[in-house]
Amino acid sequence: MRPTTGRLAVLRSPVGASSAVLLVVLVALAVFAPILWGDRAAAIDTDSLQQGPSADHLLGTDQLGRDIFYRVLVATRLTIGLALLATVIGVVTGLVLGSIPSVLPRWAARIVTSAVNIAVAFPGLLLALFFAVIFGTGTIGAVLAIAFAITPSFARLTQTLTASVSGRDFIAAARVCGVGRFRLLTRHVLPNIAEPLVINATLAAGSALTAFAGLSFLGIGVQAPSYDWGRLLGEGLNRIYITPAPALGPAVAVVLAGLAFNLFGEAAASVHRNQQRGKATAPHEPVEDRSEGGLLTVRNLHVTFPGGIRPVRGVSFTVHNGEMIGVVGESGSGKSLTALAVSRLIEHPGRVTADRLEFNGKPVQKTQDRELGTQLAMVFQDPTTSFNPTRRIGGQLAEVSEVHQGLRRRAALGKAVDRLEAVRIPEPERRAKQYPHEFSGGMRQRAMIAMGLMGEPQLVIADEPTTALDVTVQREVLKLLARIRKDRDAAVLLISHDITVVAQTCDRVLVMYAGRIVEELPTDELFTAARHPYTTALLKAVPDLDTDRDAPLAVIPGRPPEPGEIRQGCPFAPRCPLADDQCRTQEPELETFGENHRVACWKSESELAGVR
Amino acid sequence: MSELDFRNVTVRFGHHTAVDDVSLTVPAGQVVGLVGESGSGKSTLAATAVGLVKPTEGEVRADGKVQMVFQDPYSSLDPRMSIGNSIAEAMPRGTNKKAEVARLLELVNLDPGRASSLPARLSGGQRQRVALARALAGDPRVVIADEITSALDVSVQGAVLNLVRDLQRQLGLSMLFISHNLAVVRYVSDRVAVMKTGRIVEEGPAAQVLADPRHEYTRELLAAAPRRHTRLEVS
Repeated sequence: MRPTTGRLAVLRSPVGASSAVLLVVLVALAVFAPILWGDRAAAIDTDSLQQGPSADHLLGTDQLGRDIFYRVLVATRLTIGLALLATVIGVVTGLVLGSIPSVLPRWAARIVTSAVNIAVAFPGLLLALFFAVIFGTGTIGAVLAIAFAITPSFARLTQTLTASVSGRDFIAAARVCGVGRFRLLTRHVLPNIAEPLVINATLAAGSALTAFAGLSFLGIGVQAPSYDWGRLLGEGLNRIYITPAPALGPAVAVVLAGLAFNLFGEAAASVHRNQQRGKATAPHEPVEDRSEGGLLTVRNLHVTFPGGIRPVRGVSFTVHNGEMIGVVGESGSGKSLTALAVSRLIEHPGRVTADRLEFNGKPVQKTQDRELGTQLAMVFQDPTTSFNPTRRIGGQLAEVSEVHQGLRRRAALGKAVDRLEAVRIPEPERRAKQYPHEFSGGMRQRAMIAMGLMGEPQLVIADEPTTALDVTVQREVLKLLARIRKDRDAAVLLISHDITVVAQTCDRVLVMYAGRIVEELPTDELFTAARHPYTTALLKAVPDLDTDRDAPLAVIPGRPPEPGEIRQGCPFAPRCPLADDQCRTQEPELETFGENHRVACWKSESELAGVR
Repeated sequence: MSELDFRNVTVRFGHHTAVDDVSLTVPAGQVVGLVGESGSGKSTLAATAVGLVKPTEGEVRADGKVQMVFQDPYSSLDPRMSIGNSIAEAMPRGTNKKAEVARLLELVNLDPGRASSLPARLSGGQRQRVALARALAGDPRVVIADEITSALDVSVQGAVLNLVRDLQRQLGLSMLFISHNLAVVRYVSDRVAVMKTGRIVEEGPAAQVLADPRHEYTRELLAAAPRRHTRLEVS
């Protein structure tokens, strides 16, 4: 969240700003109109009864000769005041009913919850009429009626929001610390659900206002000699065919006020929904490139997001046929976005630019969906969300061949079973008829890989394919990827935060930091010849089963920068023991160093040897 | 003397037995590492020790207070509460909260001046330090650490592990350290317990369990753990 989008962000949208102005005008009228014009609105003039609009009386006069324009202005206070009073009572009651189940014993909580659930089923206005009958006609009756009509939906909203917050760890943590139920509610739950509640209360105020006008109009709201807009509307309506102004004046007032509340609420809600938006940035300078490509050729790839955020900043690498390449980096290093950019999966508002981004010798942007869909397979971290939970696994796999290869349903299903067998899923025919939830996590990930194999993939991009899996399953999935590469001569791009996993399986490693590749080297040199201080520090900081237990773990001070925080100089400089002025001001380019080895660091071999 | 003692603890959720007749002792001043895969019941077992889950059968005994540090530092701190208040909330009544918060923040290597910051201003590693400080604020004898490094960046994880080890030794805490990562458990633990489908299948001194595992499942876990210098063989 950017700091500039605070509570006042709502005023920046045209709708928010104009509704805010309207609200201010309404409040000013409610406060000052009765003081300024109270006498004129009450002045009885028997000489001018029931007149139409004129210069003296803008909206005409009523049956006692009172000026309707001033009566509308003066009625603002009572109308808005009663609507707000009803809203406050309704919201507070709803809040209490909605949150009290979390402090009550279970049986009592259940009664409250079901009572609310039943009440929610009735339309608000029906409830209001029902209560109006119970409480009797008159101002107090109408206020209570509308308040209690608002209550159920608010109680329900509070319950739902409370439930969503209650499942989070900080509530459990507070309970472990011995924080009582009541304090848990007031200090931890309510502050975290306040925002949507306030927005909904604003919307509720708008409907309370119109509902109140409705009750007064029907004659069961405000009673004479008091008057609000609804009552004025009712009085004016009797002669609407003779002079429409006396009815239209209060009607317009009701509509404007209702709109002001509703639009302000909507504007606030939309600010709350998307608090992250900004301006687009200029693309980078293109660089001439004539280097030799491979199966996948990436040169100077950038991914930019609005607000000047550039999580991938000039990444270049090549994947050759049948190679297994590992991409290692921490969160925010740009490794996953690089993979998504390669497979054309960066969504708006993200932008991808590159000097070259070619798959199989053709620019990725111009490759047909069909070609990309069958020759490039993508495996994601979470196999649970990668499948449609309502469809059978076999059908979802078959769809790939139906869409991209034009196979008939039956043939495609047959192929799906074959591919499930290829990823060593036992009883593939029975399994193909099952739904995703009937598969275990590792099984689902294998099915995901099988889906990639439905085409004839030349490249499999696996983005943290084993992070959500247990170690024993992880090994199976990694073995499967290695086997696919061996049997089908497909290239694999394995993205992982775990340098050990990559070291075990890949031929080459690309180490990414802050949106760039900082080092590229063959895996068998990783532990002996890594040069970049980040790579060497990472190797020392991660414990494995051979780490010395008596020595403290090596520590990299600080943390990796977020994409928005990258300043000039080498992004690793703030954490690097060797950093000097040059490192802090100029960013080093990725330079070739020996065979198959590229490093982006200003330091010489002898200086680097000191920290290895 | 033992600080935390699970005696024949069983936890059932409906028909599902999450923890099945587990007896485990965390000796005073020692770290017991609990390893196992997802769904093996390790987190449920931990939850019984702090009262978040009631054992269906058996009992948990603790000499002194038990506190817990959770896996995800992004959800375990109230986003609307300053970190100082979050820590102070866990303190017993009558403590000089301000001074104590400063002392604890210092203890976990954070600037005491940041007590008024909201969690959003902190990185994952810093948040996990705050969570540690909050656990220590209750002056516990036993601390349960449930996967406390798995949500952290690898370059930050080492610093948190070092801190946990230092604090444990400095304060003489007893600790149940839960993780699916064998290398991490091996690094911090004196003893190791291996859990599978709700049962503890092997328990013993860390060096012995990891060097000479008796149970087949332990051997399987060890074989599957990624190692730097062994390539994954494709059969």
